[in-house]
Amino acid sequence: MAFRDGPFENLKLPLVWTAAGLVVAGIAASVMLLVTDSHSRDGTGPIAPVRAGFTAGAGPLGGLFAAPVRWTGHVASYVGGYFNAVEENRRLRRELEELQPWRDHAIALKNVNTRYEAMLGLRTEPPVPMATARSISEARGPFVNARLIDAGSSRGVRVGNPVVNEHGLVGRVVGAAPNVSRVLLVTDVTSRIPVLIDRTDARAMLTGDGSGNPRLEYVRGQDAVQKGDRVLSSGDGGGLPRGVPIGVVARGIDGSWRVKLFSDRGAIDYVRVMLFEDFGQLADPEALNAAPLAGLAAAPPPTPAQAAAIADAQARRQAAAEAAARRPAPAPATTQTPPPPPPAPPATTEGPA
Amino acid sequence: MRRPVAVRVVGPTQWVLLPTLAVAVVSLILATPVKLFGFSLPEVVLPLTLAFAWPLIRPSVLGPVMLFVLGVYLDLLWGGPLGLWSACLLAVYGGVLASRSFLAGQETRVLFAWYAVCTLGAFALAYLIVAIRAGNPPSLLALFWQVVPTLLLFPVSAWLIERFDDGDTRFR
Repeated sequence: MAFRDGPFENLKLPLVWTAAGLVVAGIAASVMLLVTDSHSRDGTGPIAPVRAGFTAGAGPLGGLFAAPVRWTGHVASYVGGYFNAVEENRRLRRELEELQPWRDHAIALKNVNTRYEAMLGLRTEPPVPMATARSISEARGPFVNARLIDAGSSRGVRVGNPVVNEHGLVGRVVGAAPNVSRVLLVTDVTSRIPVLIDRTDARAMLTGDGSGNPRLEYVRGQDAVQKGDRVLSSGDGGGLPRGVPIGVVARGIDGSWRVKLFSDRGAIDYVRVMLFEDFGQLADPEALNAAPLAGLAAAPPPTPAQAAAIADAQARRQAAAEAAARRPAPAPATTQTPPPPPPAPPATTEGPA
Repeated sequence: MRRPVAVRVVGPTQWVLLPTLAVAVVSLILATPVKLFGFSLPEVVLPLTLAFAWPLIRPSVLGPVMLFVLGVYLDLLWGGPLGLWSACLLAVYGGVLASRSFLAGQETRVLFAWYAVCTLGAFALAYLIVAIRAGNPPSLLALFWQVVPTLLLFPVSAWLIERFDDGDTRFR
């Protein structure tokens, strides 16, 4: 029996009501997605694999579509550079003259610093390996500031790795597929970076809000911040290494302290992912949670020399204990007597006793 | 003998599927991290033009479904909270659908005014959702720079309405 011959033959839903019902169902599904997706941007949650799959597919596709746009941009940059060559040359000469004394100063300071570190026996942070990557696509709206880069877990990139360009901090990795990663920029509304003010060593929190200049919040101390102060990563929490340059302090239109980012000084087409591992990644939780003497089970058997030394020490301790037992107990006296001398050390020095 | 006249049927492929595909591709291209003469490409919410035009062209089952898909696509492409733009797009579709009888046959100026109201409403909803989720309100200046280019996309909506309104001969 065909559908139209059945009891639904005369059932006709108005198209407007059908569409309205679908709109309500779609909004309800969206709300469910919003609730379910509350943790997937940090690499966890039930929808994180969906994001990773889309990122892995959209990365190469975006690169393909973006190629003509990128070429156009290069042409525009080439033409603009040609017309601005004289002005840029003058500016670069001026900067070079300013920076040459600083270079000599930096070399001298580096030399002194190395000597101090050697004298004090400081345990400096090891050099962090890097992975260079190119931006494929970006979101730069008020609600999301993120980028896709063409380096992923196959090159050692992991969620949480800081991303920098030649000027300063760009963001950190929040999702890693085998060949593509998503970088959350420091300007994103969900970004929080613990920072320090270079001049006063005051701590603060760099909070993105979707604009080009993130806010400085929770600044500690009185007059801890001035216009023009350099802002560096503080390394608090272990998510970022200490001392990564971020920007300089400026006053915002709304009167709040904001940071002009160093990374904005140049294009961030090419970035470097710092394969930095914080303390949480370095520590092996199984080793930390192991029983205190669990290592004895894996200890090698003693050598004959060590076994002889151990037996000798046991025999000496036993002889000393027997001699002490044979000695008569001292009579009670009103004056305190000095304690007996300790037993003589073993004659042999070979092996642990 | 009269020669048969070829009748071109304008179906959902022309006014729903092809615009959906075009919007998806253009959104992907606009996400390119390139600067032309010092300016980044605008990040506009292109599907808003479809969410405004489709209910005025004709109520359909495919429209809300495609808007939901486009919203999820934008969230995945930009890395935003999943469900954000699908909720906003469907809210606009629902609003225009409810006011369809009022908007039918109105002048373009009236349509633009309603498009502006719908766009601002969608962005206000998105702003609210993001501010609540992040515990941090996004910058109003950054919001302004996304709202203005999206408002300037109204000619796309107007063209779609003019081109496809009652274009399907089966609905005449």
